[in-house]
Amino acid sequence: MTETPAAPQRRLRVLAAMSGGVDSAVAAARAAEAGHDVTGVHLALSANPQSFRTGARGCCTIEDSRDARRAADVIGIPFYVWDLAERFREDVVEDFVAEYEAGRTPNPCLRCNEKIKFAALLDKALALGFDAVATGHYAQVVTDADGNRELHRASDMAKDQSYVLGVLDDRQLEHAMFPLGDTVTTKDEIRAEAERRGLAVAKKPDSHDICFIADGDTQGFLANRLGKAEGDIVDESGTKLGTHEGAYGYTIGQRKGLRIGTPAPDGKPRYVLDISPVNNTVTVGPVEALDVTALTAIKPRWCGTAPAGPGAYTAQLRAHGGETPVRVAPADGTLHVTFTEPVRGVAPGQAIVLYDGTRVVGSATIATTERTTAAV
Amino acid sequence: MAYLDHAATTPMLPEAVEAMTAQLTVVGNASSLHAAGRRARRTVEEARETLADALGARPSEVVLTSGGTEADNLAVKGLFWARRAADPARTRVLASPVEHHAVLDAVHWLGEHEGATVEYLAVDAYGRVHPETLRAAIERNPGDVALVTVMWANNEIGTVMPVRELADVAAEFHVPLHADAVQAFGQLPVDFGPSGLAAMTVSGHKVGGPYGIGALLLGREYSPVPVLHGGGQERHVRSGTLDVPAVAAFAVAGRIAAERREWFAQEIGGLRDELIAAVRAAAPDALLGGDPAPAGPDTLGRLPANAHFTFPGCEGDSLLLLLDAQGIECSTGSACTAGVAQPSHVLLATGTDPDLARGTLRFSLGHTTTRADIEAVAKAIGPAVERARSAGLS
Repeated sequence: MTETPAAPQRRLRVLAAMSGGVDSAVAAARAAEAGHDVTGVHLALSANPQSFRTGARGCCTIEDSRDARRAADVIGIPFYVWDLAERFREDVVEDFVAEYEAGRTPNPCLRCNEKIKFAALLDKALALGFDAVATGHYAQVVTDADGNRELHRASDMAKDQSYVLGVLDDRQLEHAMFPLGDTVTTKDEIRAEAERRGLAVAKKPDSHDICFIADGDTQGFLANRLGKAEGDIVDESGTKLGTHEGAYGYTIGQRKGLRIGTPAPDGKPRYVLDISPVNNTVTVGPVEALDVTALTAIKPRWCGTAPAGPGAYTAQLRAHGGETPVRVAPADGTLHVTFTEPVRGVAPGQAIVLYDGTRVVGSATIATTERTTAAV
Repeated sequence: MAYLDHAATTPMLPEAVEAMTAQLTVVGNASSLHAAGRRARRTVEEARETLADALGARPSEVVLTSGGTEADNLAVKGLFWARRAADPARTRVLASPVEHHAVLDAVHWLGEHEGATVEYLAVDAYGRVHPETLRAAIERNPGDVALVTVMWANNEIGTVMPVRELADVAAEFHVPLHADAVQAFGQLPVDFGPSGLAAMTVSGHKVGGPYGIGALLLGREYSPVPVLHGGGQERHVRSGTLDVPAVAAFAVAGRIAAERREWFAQEIGGLRDELIAAVRAAAPDALLGGDPAPAGPDTLGRLPANAHFTFPGCEGDSLLLLLDAQGIECSTGSACTAGVAQPSHVLLATGTDPDLARGTLRFSLGHTTTRADIEAVAKAIGPAVERARSAGLS
């Protein structure tokens, strides 16, 4: 495979998604500096755009919109705010709530990239005559010898965000631009670059939380949306150990906040092994019971042609997780994934992203898992 | 670049720049008694006389403010408070629903925080308030009306209001009428004296003067409760040290705007007509907003510099982006909430479908507009509309 940088020779009309944060501001600045015709756009994603937030940072506030506008003005590019709040609510927020309600653990950022940034936004951009959408993600798009687009990890593995972009297909990648992807740098250097470029967002805190949950209290958000639903916390044998106020408040692999009065017989900590929305129970047990040896994943999306048969890849299972070797057997719209070494803390609803070296092969949504110990 | 957003702000006239810069290096507080103060005061009072002359008012009727927004707030809130203080029964405020936000939000605030009963006067499809509508509204209870506020001409769709007839109706019931004439000044004859208005707002930067200066023309019998309290300048109605350079420049711009009004209506109005024809030719389904008739001696019509369109199936923001990329600067005409374009309250008040109301563009011409600007629009608008339509409504 010959890798050539995706940076095109010709001048492209680029729509730069600007969250108001430092990464997307520097990305827009780099695209403009590379000679492209760049227009900045901030996505208004909150149903209540007037809400001011303190402390937490995300992409839904007037402050962020102003920060993005200020950056665009300094870069010297036109800037618009597009209201995608309705689409965002339908495709990301409601999906997030429904997934938790069904006992799964969704990744809303991935969903947002799939449905908003590289769908609703990209479609509108293309219709308006733009060639590409640029974001501040750390990942690389390269063109192979045959002219096909490939998504690769960022040069700097520590910053890599290809996981949350693993849902993008060929067409989406064809119009994606990640100006920060080839940066081997630390955040401090990106901040220094922003400073050098006169961007006031240089000192702005990083965003960590889910942008539509203002105070970072996911449990409170879900409780508010789904209401209290008391149920049992049981052990693997089904013995009741305590009660919970809503199974959606738990994540597989969770240890803290279980509030079980009686300790385990062996005195070891207990973890959430399973969440059953049907009978509203949360099953807990020892850490070994979390070991997953295989899983089935649905809704595969491939960056390029789908593999014809089984293959060996490495897999990433969460946004900041490491890589683990897997064997993947595609079958009838699903993937059967076998781990070489058992992995812990795998929850249905999460995405599994498959890599071949640094190249993203595809992704799928985890549906069921197989454990070493008694199946739960 | 084709700058066609003069209703937002128009370039300062060179004469106004000259008047302003000449004053910037001169010291003097117009309230001081010494020579420097007297010199500043003389400059201010001459400017006041010039403005009064340009606006058909007496010098004492010119209350200088920081701009249109402040003048609107002073008129609406100040007159409400004064009228209610004189007669606690007077708490009803009648307003057109197509007012600029400086009036609309002030009126709304009175309703939310000062116990005012706000009634919006119905407008026709052109956004016009009819005198009989005002009469019927007042007659429901003439004793409880605090004030009426109806703009002279609409800033979005350009429709001119029958201000004199409305003032006659208000006068019959001894109710003060305020008119925001920010857009009308320089484009229509806005003589304050004969108008019968109690108060009228004008702004500096819309007529080729500087930002941050405006005036409330205020009948001598009216003493609105101040919004700004302090040193008692401007008839004790508007405190604050006067901005002498801005006042001087505003007066120069105001005088020239009044002198050139007929030329402006003729020449710029002619270019506006060409622009309307060009847009209609390129986008035949474009809908012209507001009264299509020109303003004239016998017709109210529309502002000579305004052209407002609705493009079905298009997002105004998309059109703006596409035209901006072609160097054409205009506006959707409506206000933003956190930068997100909202359907215009003006169009909604005229009964326009909310989805349709998202596809608006306002071109507003001014003293620097040339035929080349119109030609640029003629060339760009067709493809832009086609493209925006394919992007659809998000």
